[in-house]
Amino acid sequence: MSDTSPEMRSVVIERDLTHPPGRIWRALTQPHLMAEWLMQTDFEPVLGRSFSFQAEWGAVNGQVTEIEPERRLAYSWGDGVLDTVVTWTITPTSDGARLRMEQTGFRKDQPRYLMGATAGWPRFFDNLEQLLAREPA
Amino acid sequence: MSDAPDLIFRSLADPTRRSLFERLCREGELTVGALTAQAGVSQPAVSKHLAQLKQAGLVQDRQAGRQTHYRAEPGALVPLIDWTAQQTAFWRARFDALEDLLGRIDQ
Repeated sequence: MSDTSPEMRSVVIERDLTHPPGRIWRALTQPHLMAEWLMQTDFEPVLGRSFSFQAEWGAVNGQVTEIEPERRLAYSWGDGVLDTVVTWTITPTSDGARLRMEQTGFRKDQPRYLMGATAGWPRFFDNLEQLLAREPA
Repeated sequence: MSDAPDLIFRSLADPTRRSLFERLCREGELTVGALTAQAGVSQPAVSKHLAQLKQAGLVQDRQAGRQTHYRAEPGALVPLIDWTAQQTAFWRARFDALEDLLGRIDQ
Protein backbone atom coordinates (compact mmCIF):
# COMPACT_ATOMS: atom_id res chain seq x y z
CA MET A 1 0.00 0.00 0.00
CA SER A 2 1.26 3.51 -0.68
CA ASP A 3 2.86 5.58 2.06
CA THR A 4 0.12 7.07 4.21
CA SER A 5 2.21 9.55 6.20
CA PRO A 6 0.74 13.02 5.76
CA GLU A 7 2.72 15.75 4.07
CA MET A 8 4.31 18.50 6.18
CA ARG A 9 3.44 22.03 5.12
CA SER A 10 4.20 25.50 6.47
CA VAL A 11 2.50 28.86 6.79
CA VAL A 12 4.85 31.83 7.27
CA ILE A 13 3.80 35.39 8.06
CA GLU A 14 6.39 38.08 8.65
CA ARG A 15 5.87 41.77 9.39
CA ASP A 16 8.06 44.72 10.28
CA LEU A 17 6.53 46.40 13.33
CA THR A 18 7.25 49.83 14.76
CA HIS A 19 7.17 48.46 18.29
CA PRO A 20 9.97 47.36 20.60
CA PRO A 21 10.66 43.64 21.15
CA GLY A 22 9.62 43.86 24.80
CA ARG A 23 6.14 45.12 23.97
CA ILE A 24 5.68 42.46 21.28
CA TRP A 25 6.83 39.76 23.71
CA ARG A 26 4.24 40.88 26.28
CA ALA A 27 1.49 40.68 23.65
CA LEU A 28 2.64 37.16 22.72
CA THR A 29 2.88 35.82 26.28
CA GLN A 30 0.47 37.59 28.64
CA PRO A 31 -3.01 35.96 28.58
CA HIS A 32 -5.00 39.17 29.09
CA LEU A 33 -3.20 40.69 26.07
CA MET A 34 -3.39 37.47 24.00
CA ALA A 35 -7.17 37.48 24.48
CA GLU A 36 -7.29 40.85 22.69
CA TRP A 37 -5.69 39.69 19.43
CA LEU A 38 -5.49 35.88 19.48
CA MET A 39 -7.91 33.92 21.70
CA GLN A 40 -8.96 33.44 25.31
CA THR A 41 -6.27 31.33 26.94
CA ASP A 42 -4.71 29.98 30.12
CA PHE A 43 -1.27 30.25 28.52
CA GLU A 44 1.83 30.64 30.69
CA PRO A 45 5.30 31.34 29.22
CA VAL A 46 6.89 28.31 30.86
CA LEU A 47 8.75 25.56 29.00
CA GLY A 48 6.68 22.36 28.90
CA ARG A 49 3.48 24.07 30.13
CA SER A 50 0.24 22.83 28.53
CA PHE A 51 -2.56 25.28 27.79
CA SER A 52 -5.51 25.84 25.49
CA PHE A 53 -6.98 28.57 23.31
CA GLN A 54 -10.78 28.91 23.30
CA ALA A 55 -12.83 30.28 20.39
CA GLU A 56 -16.53 30.11 19.44
CA TRP A 57 -15.69 27.44 16.89
CA GLY A 58 -13.73 25.25 19.27
CA ALA A 59 -10.48 24.87 21.16
CA VAL A 60 -6.83 24.55 20.28
CA ASN A 61 -4.46 22.71 22.60
CA GLY A 62 -0.82 23.53 22.97
CA GLN A 63 2.36 22.98 24.89
CA VAL A 64 5.33 25.35 25.10
CA THR A 65 8.32 23.77 23.35
CA GLU A 66 10.78 26.71 23.13
CA ILE A 67 11.10 29.94 25.01
CA GLU A 68 13.78 32.65 24.75
CA PRO A 69 12.37 35.85 26.24
CA GLU A 70 11.90 38.65 23.71
CA ARG A 71 13.42 36.49 20.94
CA ARG A 72 11.69 33.18 20.31
CA LEU A 73 8.59 31.31 21.41
CA ALA A 74 7.29 27.99 20.10
CA TYR A 75 4.33 25.83 21.06
CA SER A 76 2.39 22.95 19.60
CA TRP A 77 -0.98 23.89 18.09
CA GLY A 78 -3.52 21.11 17.65
CA ASP A 79 -7.30 21.06 17.27
CA GLY A 80 -7.84 17.34 16.66
CA VAL A 81 -7.38 17.75 12.90
CA LEU A 82 -4.29 19.93 12.61
CA ASP A 83 -1.07 18.74 14.24
CA THR A 84 1.32 21.67 14.02
CA VAL A 85 3.94 23.76 15.79
CA VAL A 86 3.76 27.56 15.86
CA THR A 87 7.09 29.40 16.18
CA TRP A 88 7.36 33.14 16.85
CA THR A 89 10.65 34.95 16.22
CA ILE A 90 11.34 38.58 17.17
CA THR A 91 14.28 40.29 15.47
CA PRO A 92 15.17 43.86 16.46
CA THR A 93 15.27 46.41 13.62
CA SER A 94 16.10 50.11 13.47
CA ASP A 95 12.43 51.10 13.90
CA GLY A 96 11.25 48.37 16.15
CA ALA A 97 11.25 44.66 15.34
CA ARG A 98 10.42 42.09 12.68
CA LEU A 99 7.91 39.53 13.86
CA ARG A 100 7.79 36.15 12.14
CA MET A 101 5.22 33.40 12.68
CA GLU A 102 5.82 29.99 11.19
CA GLN A 103 3.25 27.21 11.56
CA THR A 104 4.50 23.81 10.41
CA GLY A 105 2.72 20.47 10.42
CA PHE A 106 -0.04 18.53 8.74
CA ARG A 107 -3.70 17.53 8.70
CA LYS A 108 -4.17 14.26 10.56
CA ASP A 109 -7.21 13.05 8.61
CA GLN A 110 -5.70 13.55 5.19
CA PRO A 111 -4.31 10.10 4.29
CA ARG A 112 -7.32 8.14 5.54
CA TYR A 113 -9.74 9.96 3.26
CA LEU A 114 -7.61 10.70 0.24
CA MET A 115 -5.88 7.33 -0.05
CA GLY A 116 -9.00 5.19 0.08
CA ALA A 117 -9.44 1.45 0.02
CA THR A 118 -10.77 0.90 -3.49
CA ALA A 119 -8.56 0.04 -6.46
CA GLY A 120 -9.39 3.16 -8.48
CA TRP A 121 -8.80 5.76 -5.83
CA PRO A 122 -4.99 5.67 -5.30
CA ARG A 123 -4.50 5.85 -9.08
CA PHE A 124 -6.72 8.91 -9.25
CA PHE A 125 -4.87 10.50 -6.34
CA ASP A 126 -1.59 10.08 -8.24
CA ASN A 127 -3.03 12.31 -10.96
CA LEU A 128 -4.74 14.70 -8.59
CA GLU A 129 -1.75 16.94 -7.88
CA GLN A 130 -1.13 17.28 -11.63
CA LEU A 131 -4.78 18.14 -12.24
CA LEU A 132 -4.79 20.73 -9.47
CA ALA A 133 -1.55 22.25 -10.75
CA ARG A 134 -3.28 22.87 -14.10
CA GLU A 135 -6.28 24.64 -12.55
CA PRO A 136 -6.20 28.44 -12.72
CA ALA A 137 -5.82 30.05 -9.27
CA MET B 1 -14.55 24.46 11.54
CA SER B 2 -16.14 23.85 8.11
CA ASP B 3 -18.72 21.41 6.77
CA ALA B 4 -17.42 21.62 3.21
CA PRO B 5 -14.70 18.95 3.67
CA ASP B 6 -17.24 16.52 5.20
CA LEU B 7 -19.61 17.08 2.28
CA ILE B 8 -16.79 16.40 -0.16
CA PHE B 9 -15.65 13.27 1.69
CA ARG B 10 -19.22 11.92 1.78
CA SER B 11 -19.67 12.73 -1.89
CA LEU B 12 -16.53 10.89 -2.95
CA ALA B 13 -17.14 7.92 -0.63
CA ASP B 14 -19.60 6.48 -3.18
CA PRO B 15 -17.68 4.52 -5.86
CA THR B 16 -20.09 5.45 -8.71
CA ARG B 17 -19.85 9.15 -7.86
CA ARG B 18 -16.10 8.87 -7.54
CA SER B 19 -15.81 7.30 -10.97
CA LEU B 20 -18.10 9.95 -12.51
CA PHE B 21 -15.94 12.68 -10.97
CA GLU B 22 -12.71 10.98 -12.05
CA ARG B 23 -14.01 10.60 -15.61
CA LEU B 24 -14.94 14.29 -15.80
CA CYS B 25 -11.47 15.22 -14.49
CA ARG B 26 -9.84 13.05 -17.18
CA GLU B 27 -12.11 13.77 -20.17
CA GLY B 28 -13.32 17.34 -19.59
CA GLU B 29 -16.93 18.34 -20.26
CA LEU B 30 -19.47 15.54 -20.88
CA THR B 31 -23.24 15.30 -21.23
CA VAL B 32 -25.37 13.21 -18.87
CA GLY B 33 -25.96 10.78 -21.76
CA ALA B 34 -22.23 10.32 -22.36
CA LEU B 35 -21.64 9.78 -18.65
CA THR B 36 -24.47 7.24 -18.42
CA ALA B 37 -23.07 5.19 -21.34
CA GLN B 38 -20.20 3.87 -19.19
CA ALA B 39 -21.62 4.36 -15.72
CA GLY B 40 -23.21 0.94 -15.24
CA VAL B 41 -26.33 2.56 -13.70
CA SER B 42 -29.45 4.22 -15.14
CA GLN B 43 -29.57 7.82 -16.33
CA PRO B 44 -31.81 8.98 -13.44
CA ALA B 45 -29.26 7.46 -11.04
CA VAL B 46 -26.43 9.29 -12.84
CA SER B 47 -28.40 12.57 -12.65
CA LYS B 48 -28.92 12.07 -8.93
CA HIS B 49 -25.20 11.43 -8.39
CA LEU B 50 -24.30 14.51 -10.46
CA ALA B 51 -26.68 16.64 -8.38
CA GLN B 52 -24.91 15.47 -5.24
CA LEU B 53 -21.48 16.17 -6.73
CA LYS B 54 -22.69 19.63 -7.72
CA GLN B 55 -23.92 20.29 -4.19
CA ALA B 56 -20.46 19.36 -2.89
CA GLY B 57 -18.91 21.82 -5.37
CA LEU B 58 -17.09 19.06 -7.22
CA VAL B 59 -18.84 19.53 -10.60
CA GLN B 60 -20.50 22.38 -12.50
CA ASP B 61 -23.14 22.22 -15.21
CA ARG B 62 -24.22 24.32 -18.15
CA GLN B 63 -27.26 24.09 -20.38
CA ALA B 64 -26.70 23.97 -24.14
CA GLY B 65 -30.10 23.62 -25.80
CA ARG B 66 -31.69 20.47 -24.37
CA GLN B 67 -28.37 19.02 -23.23
CA THR B 68 -26.80 19.52 -19.83
CA HIS B 69 -23.00 19.43 -19.90
CA TYR B 70 -21.03 18.68 -16.74
CA ARG B 71 -17.43 19.50 -15.94
CA ALA B 72 -15.27 18.73 -12.90
CA GLU B 73 -14.06 21.35 -10.44
CA PRO B 74 -10.97 19.61 -8.97
CA GLY B 75 -10.06 22.89 -7.25
CA ALA B 76 -12.75 22.01 -4.72
CA LEU B 77 -10.36 19.36 -3.37
CA VAL B 78 -7.52 21.76 -2.71
CA PRO B 79 -8.65 22.82 0.80
CA LEU B 80 -8.68 19.16 1.82
CA ILE B 81 -5.06 18.64 0.90
CA ASP B 82 -3.81 22.04 1.83
CA TRP B 83 -4.87 23.37 5.25
CA THR B 84 -2.42 26.22 4.82
CA ALA B 85 -4.78 28.51 2.88
CA GLN B 86 -7.27 28.65 5.73
CA GLN B 87 -4.58 29.08 8.38
CA THR B 88 -2.86 31.82 6.36
CA ALA B 89 -6.10 33.81 6.35
CA PHE B 90 -6.46 33.17 10.10
CA TRP B 91 -2.92 34.36 10.96
CA ARG B 92 -3.12 37.42 8.70
CA ALA B 93 -6.22 38.51 10.61
CA ARG B 94 -4.42 37.81 13.93
CA PHE B 95 -1.44 39.93 12.87
CA ASP B 96 -3.81 42.79 12.03
CA ALA B 97 -5.40 42.49 15.48
CA LEU B 98 -1.96 42.28 17.13
CA GLU B 99 -0.76 45.47 15.41
CA ASP B 100 -3.94 47.18 16.53
CA LEU B 101 -3.36 46.08 20.15
CA LEU B 102 0.33 47.06 20.12
CA GLY B 103 -0.71 50.54 19.01
CA ARG B 104 -2.96 50.78 22.08
CA ILE B 105 -0.50 49.46 24.70
CA ASP B 106 1.37 52.12 26.66
CA GLN B 107 5.14 51.73 27.14
